[in-house]
Amino acid sequence: MKKFKDMSADTVYRLFIYVALITLAISIVIPVAWVFLASIKQNAEFYGSPWVMPKGFYFQNFIDAFEKANMGSYMLNSIMVTALALLILLVVAVPASYVLARYTFRGSKLMNTLFKAGLFINVNYIVVPIFLMLLKGDTFLRGQFGDGFLLDNLFILAVIYAATALPFTIYLMSSYFQTLPSTFEEAAFIDGAGYFKTMIKVMIPMARPSIIAVILFNFLSFWNEYIIALTLIPGPNKTLPVGLMNLMAAQKSAANYGQMYAGMVLVMLPTLILYILVQKKLTQGMSLGGLKD
Amino acid sequence: MNKKKERRFFIFVCTAPALILLSLFILVPTVEVFRMSLYKWGGFSNNQVFVGLENFRKLWNDLNFFRSLQNSILLIVVVTLFTMVLSVLFATLLSREKLKGNNFFRIIFYIPNILSIVVIAGIFSAVYDPSTGLLNNLLAVFKLESLQKMWLGDQKIAIYSIGGALVWQAVGYYMVMYMSSMASIPESFYEASSLEGAGRITQFFSITLPLIWNNIRTTLTFFIISTINLSFLLVQAMTGGGPDGSTEVFLSYMYKQAYTNSSYGYGMAIGVVIFLFSFALSAIISQVTKREVLEY
Repeated sequence: MKKFKDMSADTVYRLFIYVALITLAISIVIPVAWVFLASIKQNAEFYGSPWVMPKGFYFQNFIDAFEKANMGSYMLNSIMVTALALLILLVVAVPASYVLARYTFRGSKLMNTLFKAGLFINVNYIVVPIFLMLLKGDTFLRGQFGDGFLLDNLFILAVIYAATALPFTIYLMSSYFQTLPSTFEEAAFIDGAGYFKTMIKVMIPMARPSIIAVILFNFLSFWNEYIIALTLIPGPNKTLPVGLMNLMAAQKSAANYGQMYAGMVLVMLPTLILYILVQKKLTQGMSLGGLKD
Repeated sequence: MNKKKERRFFIFVCTAPALILLSLFILVPTVEVFRMSLYKWGGFSNNQVFVGLENFRKLWNDLNFFRSLQNSILLIVVVTLFTMVLSVLFATLLSREKLKGNNFFRIIFYIPNILSIVVIAGIFSAVYDPSTGLLNNLLAVFKLESLQKMWLGDQKIAIYSIGGALVWQAVGYYMVMYMSSMASIPESFYEASSLEGAGRITQFFSITLPLIWNNIRTTLTFFIISTINLSFLLVQAMTGGGPDGSTEVFLSYMYKQAYTNSSYGYGMAIGVVIFLFSFALSAIISQVTKREVLEY
């Protein structure tokens, strides 16, 4: 009898757990899924209840978003900036992390402290000084050569993305390099390999897991970033999130709902696909590196 | 001798680019924030006048600043409280109970974390819309029209609506983090305690919570810092601080002064105050929550 009673209490408890889990899951999935459905609705469908399924597959929204709202060229800009920023970040950060993890030299302690200090500085605080610095640079260049190129420049934007990601990346990767055994390097040195060869041929391949984690995290943050892009690119060469912000603002007066939700799909689809492909690595990588933001 | 030179060259080539980028785009701008806070500098003219602490004195009498302070503190408290309770609860459920679809739930809960803040702003604009929004129409379905609100239009409610979006965004992230620290608690602790008749709730409060306490303390600092940052990004994309300044937060007010109004000096003074505030708050919180670290 007692056993039976225990079991039923347990069943109720389990039921409660499932209800809680499913409630949270629904509250996350529904709004996201709703955006996908809204992106194929016709404009007239937005005036009724939002809970009605789309009548058909109105693909014109995506074509409009691409052509009329310029999201196509913004997307190209975003792809370019993200790829370039990742490339710069890796080329700069991987050797620096390796050296900071493995070598002691004059100033190495100071350098470590500086990079650690960088962890505490969030880009939101310094985006205006960066803007002013570039503005000043442009004024100077215009005086010298008649033209400035620092603001409104996607390449500069990519460099700044890479720079702002440096402290965290170096922190993550140099702690990974520290865990690697030094016997491999010693063997390589004995075989006559130089410093560069040892690093590129032996050590960097061994750091692959941390490099993958760095690429994943920073792909997401570069692709999604908007405040730096908004501040430093006042001209027409916008990135995708900034373009989406414009669409959202324009929608308030023009009521082009379908186009706006199509734009939102364009921004989040690449990240969702990547997430589904590598979700395990991503959540594991988090415990590897600790933290972001 | 040659070897030594080679080593020096190698170290220089590897670290110099990183050091240059760090200095140019992080360290110098940070120093600039502090320096510029002491100057009066408006507009695009290069006219900087040293005014000492005048900007800070002005800030002391700025009611709009205090409003953003109030909103930020409210968000920090509310968002931390809700996110932490929910994420610890769900982390405990997912790591302690043998459930079907464990992995599935973990994957779903983490999704908001990979979305751009702009997308989240768009989603919640759709959720909160007064006439065609998901929330109000859902309430109508359940005949709860009395609960319908102007979620973003009502000055009293708007800031809580922002908080709701922030909690939605953060729960999965912290849950995954607590789960990884719970995973390192040996199973034998739970077995031993259940032999002595401890129930799930006792186990949670006397095993799980004390053993992940250090992790929770660390995340408190993250909560403070990330709420200050994310609330800015969300407000900027969603309400622009409105209606009538009721969702203005710390950094959005700074950005408004420094970028939109071009009062650079004054804006940077706000930045300095926020920076010091977040540091002081983090330090206080971490002192107050200090417990003896349990070894296991």
